[in-house]
Amino acid sequence: MSDPVIRINKMNKWFGNFHVLRDINLNVAAGEKIVICGPSGSGKSTLIRCINRLEAHQEGEIEVEGITLDGSLKNLEDIRSNVGMVFQQFNLFPHMTVLENCTLSPIWVQQKPKAEAEKLARELLARVRIPDQADKYPGQLSGGQQQRVAIARALCMNPRIMLFDEPTSALDPEMIKEVLDVMVELAEEGMTMLCVTHEMGFARQVADRVIFMDEGEIVEENAPEAFFSNPENERTQLFLSQVL
Amino acid sequence: MQAAVLGALLLAMVWLVANVQSNLERQNINSGFGFLSERAGFGINQTLIDYTEDSSFGRVLTVGLLNTLLVSVLGVFFATVLGFSLGVARLSSNWLINKTAMVYVEIFRNVPLLLQIMFWYFGVLRNLPTPRQAVSFGDAMFLSNRGIVVPAIEAGSGAGWYAAALAIGLAAFIWLRRRARLALADGTMMPIWRPLLMVTVASFGVAALLAGVPFSLDVPALKGFNFRGGITVIPEFVALLLALSLYTAAFIAEIVRAGIQSVSKGQREAAAALGLPDKTALSLVVIPQALRVIIPPLTSQYLNLTKNSSLAVAIAYPDIVSVFAGTTLTQVGQAVEIIFITMMIYLSLSLLTSYAMNRYNARIALVGQDA
Amino acid sequence: MTGFTPTPARPAPANTVGFVGWARENLFATKLDSLLTVLAITLILYVMKVVFGWAVIDASFSGSDRTACLKDVQGACWPFIEAKFGQFIYGRYPDAERWRVDLVFAAGLIGLVPMLMPNVGHKRANMIFLLGFYPVFAFIMLTGGVLGLAAVDTTDWGGLLVTLVVAVTGIVASLPLGILLALGRRSDLPIVRALCIGFIEIFRGVPLITVLFMASVMLPLFLPDGVNFDKLVRCLIGVALFSSAYMAEVVRGGLQAIPKGQYEAAAALGLSYWKTTRLIILPQALKLVIPGIVNTFIGLFKDTTLVLIVGLFDLLGIVQLHFTDASWATPETHITGYVFAGAVFWLFCFAMSRYSIFMENHLSTDRNGS
Repeated sequence: MSDPVIRINKMNKWFGNFHVLRDINLNVAAGEKIVICGPSGSGKSTLIRCINRLEAHQEGEIEVEGITLDGSLKNLEDIRSNVGMVFQQFNLFPHMTVLENCTLSPIWVQQKPKAEAEKLARELLARVRIPDQADKYPGQLSGGQQQRVAIARALCMNPRIMLFDEPTSALDPEMIKEVLDVMVELAEEGMTMLCVTHEMGFARQVADRVIFMDEGEIVEENAPEAFFSNPENERTQLFLSQVL
Repeated sequence: MQAAVLGALLLAMVWLVANVQSNLERQNINSGFGFLSERAGFGINQTLIDYTEDSSFGRVLTVGLLNTLLVSVLGVFFATVLGFSLGVARLSSNWLINKTAMVYVEIFRNVPLLLQIMFWYFGVLRNLPTPRQAVSFGDAMFLSNRGIVVPAIEAGSGAGWYAAALAIGLAAFIWLRRRARLALADGTMMPIWRPLLMVTVASFGVAALLAGVPFSLDVPALKGFNFRGGITVIPEFVALLLALSLYTAAFIAEIVRAGIQSVSKGQREAAAALGLPDKTALSLVVIPQALRVIIPPLTSQYLNLTKNSSLAVAIAYPDIVSVFAGTTLTQVGQAVEIIFITMMIYLSLSLLTSYAMNRYNARIALVGQDA
Repeated sequence: MTGFTPTPARPAPANTVGFVGWARENLFATKLDSLLTVLAITLILYVMKVVFGWAVIDASFSGSDRTACLKDVQGACWPFIEAKFGQFIYGRYPDAERWRVDLVFAAGLIGLVPMLMPNVGHKRANMIFLLGFYPVFAFIMLTGGVLGLAAVDTTDWGGLLVTLVVAVTGIVASLPLGILLALGRRSDLPIVRALCIGFIEIFRGVPLITVLFMASVMLPLFLPDGVNFDKLVRCLIGVALFSSAYMAEVVRGGLQAIPKGQYEAAAALGLSYWKTTRLIILPQALKLVIPGIVNTFIGLFKDTTLVLIVGLFDLLGIVQLHFTDASWATPETHITGYVFAGAVFWLFCFAMSRYSIFMENHLSTDRNGS
């Protein structure tokens, strides 16, 4: 295994007095796809939000691409432009067109010329299969289309790691597939991915490792085959019996 | 970053204070609050407490503050009564009533208050006939360019019995309401109004038996160029009160209308589907929810009215701004202290009110909703 | 097999449609309603008789001095308005230079009208014209002293001109200040936050008149010897500070309405605080609060009348001033003057409040569409 791109060591986090993440240890190799699952309130979203420091952790270390996440602003900027994120609620900017959403970061953060940024954005929109919607506003698109725009927007930063926070949970069933297809394609191209999801089919298909969390701890991690057919922990068995 | 802001602010303060000091020295103006105990030397035409030209500037401040409070409290009362009526009228299914209220609201809230005050004062009240040709209401009340003169009620000995009767009535009201509320918890309805009426009539009857009628009327009468006796309400007060009430009522009407409309039709339908009669649905479902929406902006209208009463200075009604930040300032010249005191008084009134407001809001806030 | 023949639609009962039906439902639904309707009609007729009688039937329409307005039953004295009209609009601005004021009014109108129409494009260019070019243009044209224009002292300004100058400067200055204060109030830096809260609460807690007193009496004390501002400028500063506190609360309302996800998405894209604020948050927040901004402006516009108390002559001030003209002193002059000034203020404020309602509807349909 090559050097890990994400290294999390004995990380702890509290919301007030509530201990959400407890002694998390996790290494992610370049190109690895990890699916994180677990009951609600288990801390899985908080974990991936710590990786680009949308949430600050209080103890332990997180290292992304060799950069340590501490309070430093410089480090923060470096990490945020290397890590793309897709949210459950899309969080597209409603006052900007699809194209403007996608070119925002390339232009304003990476300072690319506008024409180049737009060319890149159109390519990526084609890749998520919505090349014709570039000049529409997010409000004019369906949920599935919006989420694919959100993926394209994150990809426009040219990130080396992608974080997905329940990307299909807010979607109607028929739209889930179109988003998952894009994610599968992305996985096949070799992107490093961390994905919080309850789509077990997706986990079986692309994950290198499945992580099960409960009560702020990593209860079990394993290759998908072993994880689904033969879970070691009782808690995992219970969870799987409920979702499968 | 924060240190820089703080530093810049401190430097600016030092610079300003230094400027003020050198300016004051150059103009030979005293500083400090000593002037408050000096003799004022001017008269005030409406005083709720004893005041003469020999009183101090501190006394002027109190007189002005009381005048501000008087016109504000009465203004709040009238504006609320008129505003709620107009607000309800705006929701009337009667087209004519609805539109009449709308026209009122649109006219009064879109004309500057100061203009309305001056209209009533210079345009109407000062244009009334002199006391000799005063408009008389049954020879007891007179309307002239010196204001309104009404008979005064003078209480003789034995009036205390009546006060006691009133107190008993009030106590009975509080007790009856409490009893009814407690009883409601067990599902029984307790009457309030009928026993209250009986208690009140009885206690006033007893007072009348014991003390007779200890009140006398002091009816005003024309003597020379003006009226003697009775109570004179100065035209400045009438104009200010009228303008403040009419203006603020227009805003309150809109608040009330929006508040009642904010309770969704679904809530009313749900109440009806549960079999609640209209009146019960109104008092248990609609009004409690509407009040939650109405109270916060209503309070800020009350505060606005209080602050707006400072426009009194334009027609020389002796409120705090007029007699203190106006007359006192020109006599003493200590602008910094006087404006500071004036602002602090208004600020305390505002902060006290918003504190009470926040307490009240916290009490009625819906659980699970951030208001 | 039986086919389906739809029953032909019948007209509704005659007493439920048309004017009769409408009146039954809206005016005479119940006994109480009928009584109220009759009362309202009486009231309306009475008010109309009084107003119409005063403004038209008993009014004087021509004349050159007070003698025109001294009939036994005298209504409005319109010749007074006619004679003083120029004064009411321009104050003592020299006759020969009044075209400059007209030009400033016209340029303002040209800049403003397309700005207010949500569907007209080029908002950015329009904004630059209004906030960048126009103030400089208006300043040069109104004060003069350069480009061969005769200098006109601000003490000669008056009437509607002063009203508009105070109101427009107030709003233009208070918007950016208000935005900064609103951002500061939500800042993570405790000192900045405390300062902003203090500023906002103090200015919202005191009446404007005390702020104007402060600006006109205390400002000179705060400045070093020899430095002094013109009275109009001091008032402008007072008005701008005062309305920025109110503006800050309006903007804060908009900021609070932006979902947390927008901040997170911007952070995930690597945008800094200021870039997030400028590109993501403010464009959305300000659009949300356009109605609030217009309402603040209406309040400010009405409040400009207060400058007369500290000795400037706005529209109301100049009307008031001309009451002292002995050649027009009649019992009806006051009311006529107030009604005129009131009508002008009313037109402005009513138009703005309608615009605010229009924008509110426009924005809410916008939001449903998106």
